[in-house]
Amino acid sequence: MQTASHVPSQSSSPCADDEALVVIDSIDFAHGFGAHQVYRGLSMRIPKGKITAVMGPSGIGKTTLLRLIGAQLRPQQGKITFAGVDIHALGRTELYDVRKRMSMLFQSGALFTDMTVYDNVAFPLREHTELPESMIDTIVKLKLEAVGLRGARHLMPAELSGGMARRAALARAIALDPELVMYDEPFAGQDPISMGVIVKLIKELNQSLGVTSIVVTHDVAEVMTIADYVYIIANKTVVGHGTPAELKQSSNPLIHQFLHGEADGPVPFHYAAPSLADDLLGAQHAR
Amino acid sequence: MESRNTQLAVGLFVIIGILALLFLGLRAANTSAVTSGETYRLYAKFDNIGGLKERSPVKVGGVVVGRVSRITLSGEYYEPLVEMTISATYNKFPDTSSVSILTSGLLGEQYIGLNPGFIDETVEMLQDGDQIYDTKSALVLEDLIGQFLFSQGND
Amino acid sequence: MLDRIAALGRVTLDTVAGAGAALLMLLKALIGKPNVRKSWPLLMQQMYAVGVLSLIIIVVSGLFIGMVLGLQGYNILVDFGAEQSLGPMVALSLLRELGPVVTALLFAGRAGSSLTAEIGLMKATEQLSSLEMMGVDPLRRVIAPRFWAGFYSMPLLALVFSAVGIFGGYLVGVRWLGVDEGAFWSVMQANVEWGQDIVNGIIKSLVFAFVVTWIALHKGYSCTPTSVGISRATTSTVVTASLAVLGLDFVLTALMFG
Repeated sequence: MQTASHVPSQSSSPCADDEALVVIDSIDFAHGFGAHQVYRGLSMRIPKGKITAVMGPSGIGKTTLLRLIGAQLRPQQGKITFAGVDIHALGRTELYDVRKRMSMLFQSGALFTDMTVYDNVAFPLREHTELPESMIDTIVKLKLEAVGLRGARHLMPAELSGGMARRAALARAIALDPELVMYDEPFAGQDPISMGVIVKLIKELNQSLGVTSIVVTHDVAEVMTIADYVYIIANKTVVGHGTPAELKQSSNPLIHQFLHGEADGPVPFHYAAPSLADDLLGAQHAR
Repeated sequence: MESRNTQLAVGLFVIIGILALLFLGLRAANTSAVTSGETYRLYAKFDNIGGLKERSPVKVGGVVVGRVSRITLSGEYYEPLVEMTISATYNKFPDTSSVSILTSGLLGEQYIGLNPGFIDETVEMLQDGDQIYDTKSALVLEDLIGQFLFSQGND
Repeated sequence: MLDRIAALGRVTLDTVAGAGAALLMLLKALIGKPNVRKSWPLLMQQMYAVGVLSLIIIVVSGLFIGMVLGLQGYNILVDFGAEQSLGPMVALSLLRELGPVVTALLFAGRAGSSLTAEIGLMKATEQLSSLEMMGVDPLRRVIAPRFWAGFYSMPLLALVFSAVGIFGGYLVGVRWLGVDEGAFWSVMQANVEWGQDIVNGIIKSLVFAFVVTWIALHKGYSCTPTSVGISRATTSTVVTASLAVLGLDFVLTALMFG
């Protein structure tokens, strides 16, 4: 199935293949034995050291994309490589090693509820390194300082607000200084201040640590301010990609509807149904 | 994550479990295990074993000295043959000993009562695999009733 | 009509697939070299949550059931003049049947449902996915310690149940209803055997422990990660585990005592 017709002709490829940290090459993916096709012929390149936004309508399967990159799911067709390595061809031990170099910030934070914030952030350090507790203590405090929660380190996750929980989860996600951080809907349901905090943190991490970031969201306004490159996914594949400036000028109606939040357009307002006249009057005719 | 108190509580829990096991083993169960230790086998033929089962006790004067290990039919007349496993501490039964099938209590289970016979110079001790010939079978209710009616009829 | 048959076939296939998934989960969680230094504290924590916290309900239930056995047993036996047999009646009922079975049912209700809910919640809040993404196997880290905790705790609980129950029977029979104390214990000792009764009871509770913990963990691990899904899984654990225990009890009793 050809996707080229949806791609605006003026957009450039984000980078060459060897500058990309993650390359997704024409994957097909369906849940549960082909019952529900999620992607068909999807291709992407995630440039290293940059913030890439992945956007699209709700339910399009953006979280699924992150799980495919993290090798929690396996595509039926196509290949995904991380730093040049095909992650789905790896054995179990090598896969777990690769996973140490990437981390994911889940939508709900996903802190471990039976440990304090401190222990949560220390978890990957204690798990994957042989560092002594004194060093781990220093690293944990530094990471918490970066997200502004060093004073809250002895609280339990249940005692944190939603925004604080997400920040704590972010501190945990960067504990091992990964090369790639994937953010799953980091702005969803946040008040403006928390939103501003998260945006600031994502930008800072990218600038100070050179961390490659993939932000999956449908919060157009927020992410356009920090993204270096944007992919828009709809209809099971990429329908537009480019820098934020390029996309704002795009003539593609689907991209236009999405970026401007129009209620009706290529993504229809009405769920498929017979015409209203038929529905109301047809019943009378049929009697 | 895991504290001193938790470990203490778990340790206490395991100790309580082991204490329960000891209590059950010592106070509730039959600790004078007759089936452990050295044993030898004796045989006896009966006309009717009544309600005797495998694992029924063999008692001398009420004291358990062994258990019934097998019950089969033997010989061309299909007579019930009972194999008894006796504790080796009691190995001086003369071959004049007798066995009978008795009932403990009114509704109780049936057991084998072993009566040591008289001892003189001609008598030998029972060895492993020997058979006791002096046997008295279980009382069958129908026979008793029959006897009773018969004796009534005679009056 | 054909729809019904197709539906039946689908249900059967789903059940078989579910059982297969459950078996895979268990094998992946248990088979492999254990890392003692890391898994010991996890095991301790789980044994506390699952075993120690269940102790109260087991002791209280055992006491009451033992006392009821003593009371009812006395009422029945006294009509035959056989109240001296109260000891073995209470002891054998508990050791062979009530101890393992009632403990398993109580365990399924208290510890089993809490295990299912806990794991279901960890799944719904993506904690299990987090562990995977961090390169930690959630089956070894979360499922395995809970399994071993249940497997070791339940037989201990069953023993405590039986012991406390016998004590309860003693309290009612001897102290209250006047059965002779010496007769109570001696007739019991004459009729209760180590191998036949106590060991068989322990074997039963080991089998029940295995099955109940396995069901609880699998239901939690495979539930739909929503609040409706978790509550359904929790109820399902209690129902399935209870039925499994009662069914297995029949099979084991037939094998051991039949």
